[in-house]
Order: sequence, then structure tokens, then C-alpha cells
Amino acid sequence: MARRTPTAVRIGADLIGILVLLGCVFPVYWMVSRSFLPRNEIKGEDPVLFPWSGTLDNYRRILGDDDFADAMVTSLSVTLLTVGVAILFAFLAAVAVSRFRFRGRRTFILTLLLIQMIPAEALFISQYKMLDGMGLLNSVIGLTLVYVAGVLPFTVWTLRGFVDGVPRELEEAAMMDGCSRTQAFFRVTLPLLAPGLVATGVFGFIQAWNEFTLAVVVMTDPAKETLPVWLVAFTDARSRGVDWGAIMASSTLITIPVIVFFLIVQRRMVSGLTAGAVKG
Amino acid sequence: MGRRSLPLGLVLPAIALLALALGYPLVRQVVLSLQEFGLAQQFGQPPEWIGLGNYRDLLTDRELWVVVLRTVAFCFVNAGLTFGIGLALALLMARMSRPVRMLAQCGLLLAWAMPVVAAMTVWQFLFDTEYGVVNWLLTRAGGDFTGHGWLLDPWSFFLVATIVVVWMSVPFVVFTLYAALTQVPEDVMEAAEIDGAGTWQRFVHVVLPAIRPVLLVVILLQVIWDLRVFTQIYTLQKAGGVSNDTNLLGTYIYTLGIKGGDFGTAAAAAMFMLALTIVLTAPYVRLMIKQED
Repeated sequence: MARRTPTAVRIGADLIGILVLLGCVFPVYWMVSRSFLPRNEIKGEDPVLFPWSGTLDNYRRILGDDDFADAMVTSLSVTLLTVGVAILFAFLAAVAVSRFRFRGRRTFILTLLLIQMIPAEALFISQYKMLDGMGLLNSVIGLTLVYVAGVLPFTVWTLRGFVDGVPRELEEAAMMDGCSRTQAFFRVTLPLLAPGLVATGVFGFIQAWNEFTLAVVVMTDPAKETLPVWLVAFTDARSRGVDWGAIMASSTLITIPVIVFFLIVQRRMVSGLTAGAVKG
Repeated sequence: MGRRSLPLGLVLPAIALLALALGYPLVRQVVLSLQEFGLAQQFGQPPEWIGLGNYRDLLTDRELWVVVLRTVAFCFVNAGLTFGIGLALALLMARMSRPVRMLAQCGLLLAWAMPVVAAMTVWQFLFDTEYGVVNWLLTRAGGDFTGHGWLLDPWSFFLVATIVVVWMSVPFVVFTLYAALTQVPEDVMEAAEIDGAGTWQRFVHVVLPAIRPVLLVVILLQVIWDLRVFTQIYTLQKAGGVSNDTNLLGTYIYTLGIKGGDFGTAAAAAMFMLALTIVLTAPYVRLMIKQED
């Protein structure tokens, strides 16, 4: 919309834009800046706006904390396993849906859509009972199982769009040149799908890394907490006096990978969630 | 593998996993909701069939209805605020000068990318009784907020929860609607202007119809997401809220089942939440199904 905006309107809009910027950035700034403040300055009479007397003590304390390290290992295992399994299963399903017409295809696609609507809160009671019965409470495998189910629908949905985008003719040309169907697929189509695989992988990573609800239900043993669950428990440890510096440092550490990955897929998340609506 | 069974083989892993992790629990939840499954069953007694007993208990329980009303009210207030602010900002964004727009977008992106738990700890810190910058600012501005506990009173608890939820959700709405607004055809806008349509008329008769499908999806997604807020409420409760007066459906089910051990009633409550979701999302699903055809 390249409209000519009256100057007064533009100045007003700009002012609000700057307010929005401040409102969005301030909490993030507060988190990062507090993470560099020594304890006595965090608890000072007046808040310190800039951490001039910055220190890495908070980070040292957190990185030396065994519980944090355990949670990091659990989180990384669950997240990577979720991404790996989800990508593999979703990739196979996306190829089937995109390249073949088969009985039940439509039902499958619509079921995926419906599943996406189910809130975790509406199923976690029986998922808990199931994992309990299988001896998979407090296990990376158990949590991964419910995580994969959570991200799979969106992943299949998105990857299907990418597979659709690779012209079938490319594969057919390769087959004319003597490739088998499988060879043609792996040599021609797969490399073209790399951006799609990266995007969906990153999406799965962010989901699993941030997830809290199922983690707090499945990982009840403090030794098996993921980072988000650990962070909430750590913040909650009122009895030993809240260590805001360490809390902000660990929040910052948890946030960094997400921000990095988020920047990679941001565009696609906007278009992905509403793609259907825009086309319609 | 024959040609016919190949595609089925390809979707099989996904189907098997979904059936195990979602399908089976769903069936089991229906069964569970028809059984007496409390502490005694935790210790090995076989569950007893009580038909719709759990549902009867639940539906005649005043607390459930209070929680449901609270959940729906919280959902509508938050979805409404998020949508209103998001739409306003998206429209304003088109009128900002380029550098300010870029900066505002960066800020929104940052807020959007924050992991929920990290955002929760920061906001808790901002509203902290002793060291929170909000109390400090309000005291500076003339009020007496020294040592004010924001999470003790249910109303101010939900005020904080609303601020956090809206802060986290607005960016998605702004980005999506702004993207839709840039797709509104310029020639139609110009034609309307030549025909004498003012800003408001152009908005109602050109812009709104053009972005209607996106608006619908955004509103419905927002309702779904705000119906299932769990993490925010859970963490604020941990941070000192009074759980009983601040439960929404998610935390209510959690408290009933995982904490309280009454899996039968919790399962019935979860079925109720599922039904509520289906009712509220049916229009969205129908829209998507239509597009699939």
C-alpha cells in the first residue's frame, strides 16, 4: 500500500511505532541486562538501567549448576530426537500425499488438520496414564513420543507444500535419462527439498525446545526435567531467596537458540499458518 | 512392495505414531471418563464402571462451571485485545516511515520469538513484589506500590496474565495482517479514492473484504490458543497466585488429575475441554476442508 500518508498521521504512527518497539524490547532488554548484574545491584533500592558494572558471575553460577546441565542434556536429547523422527516420518508421508493418489488420502489429510486443533490439555491426562503403563514416564523416549505426535501434523502439512512445489517433470526427465524412480527421487527431488526440510526441522526444534505443558506432566522426576520445567522450578525456589540474576542468565541462555532459529523461519511461519486463507 | 501399497507404506509410520500417541489415549480417555479411577485404583484396585457418573459429578459441580466461565471470559478478553491491538498496529504500520516500521518489526519479532517460560520469568521479575520495576515505577509516579503483591488478588493476577499473553500474541497478528494488507490491490484503492471514498469507506468496502479470509483465520487461531493457556497460568500460580481462584480449564484438569490423582473426573473434564474446542473451531475446520476440495 504505497499511499501518500499525511505528515501528521505519519508522525502519529511513528510515535506509536516507537512505543511498540520499546514495549517489545524492554522485557527482553531487562532479561539480558539483569543477567549481567551482580546480586547487590539487582536488589538495590533503585533499579540500574544499564549494567555498567557487568559481571559474568550469574552465568558462571548457572553453567556450574549440575541441575542446569542435566536439564540441558534432557532438553537437547528430546528436541533433537523429536526433530529427527518427525522430519523422517513427515517426509515419507508428505511424499505419499503429494505424489500418489491412494484410498484414504483425503481422510488422512483432514485427520491431520483436526489433530492440530486438539489442545494438549485435553489429552495429557490419558497420555500420562498411557506412558505410566508403558514405563515411559520420566523418559526421553516417552516425552519424544508425545512431542512427535504434536509436531507431525504441521510438519507433514508444510513439507507436502514443498514436495508439491517440485515439478514432477524433473523426476520424469531423470527417469528418461535412465534413473529408476527411486534414484530420480533421491537425486533430483530430495536436494530441492532441502530448504523445506530445514524450515520444518527448525519449526520442530522451537516447538520441542519451548514446550512446557507436556514436559511438566511427563517429567515429574526433578532429575529428568527439561530446561523449561527446570527454569520454572528454579524460579519457584522461594525458600532459598530468589536468585534473579541466575534466573535471568538461564532465561537468556534458553532464549538464544530460539531467537537464532526463529529468524531463519519467521517468514515461512507467517505464510505457512495462513497459506490456505490467502489462497482462498 | 507393489505400486499400490507403496504410498500406504510411506504414510504408515506417521499413522502408527499418531495412533499410538494420540488415538489410543483418546479412546482410553473416553473409557477412563466412564470409570471410577481415584486413589484406590492408583494402588492397584481395578477401576469400577460408573457410566456417566463422572460427567454427572462434574456437570453438577459449581467449581467446574466457574472455571469454564472464567476460561471462556479470559479467552475472549485476550483474543479480543490481541486482535484489536494487532489490527490497529498492522494498519498503523502501513503509515509509518520506513525506518520506524523496520524497528517496530524487529521489536515485534523479538517478543514473538521469546520462549514462553523465559518470557514468563521476565514478566514475573518485572511484577515482582520486592524487586519489580513495575512497583518501582508506579511508586515513582506517585502511588504507593512498595511491596505490592500483584498475584495475590485474582483480578490483578489475571491482569498480569492478560498483559503477558497479549504481549506474546500480538506480534503474530500484526505480521499476518500486515502481510495481508500489503496484498490489497492498489488499483482498486485508487479507483475507490477517485470515486470519492474517504479513508473509512475505503477501509470498510475495500480493505476489509480483501483481508476477510485472513482475519477469520487469525481470530479463530487466537481463540484456540487463548482457550488453552496453561503455561502462563501455571507459572504465575507457582509464583504466588492463589490456585483455587485462578484456575483455567487446563490447570484445573492438571490439578484434578496429575496432582489430585482423580483421573476419572479429570478425564471427563478433559473431554469437556475437547468438546469446547471442537465447538469453537468448527467454522475454521470447515473453511479448511472447503479449501482442500
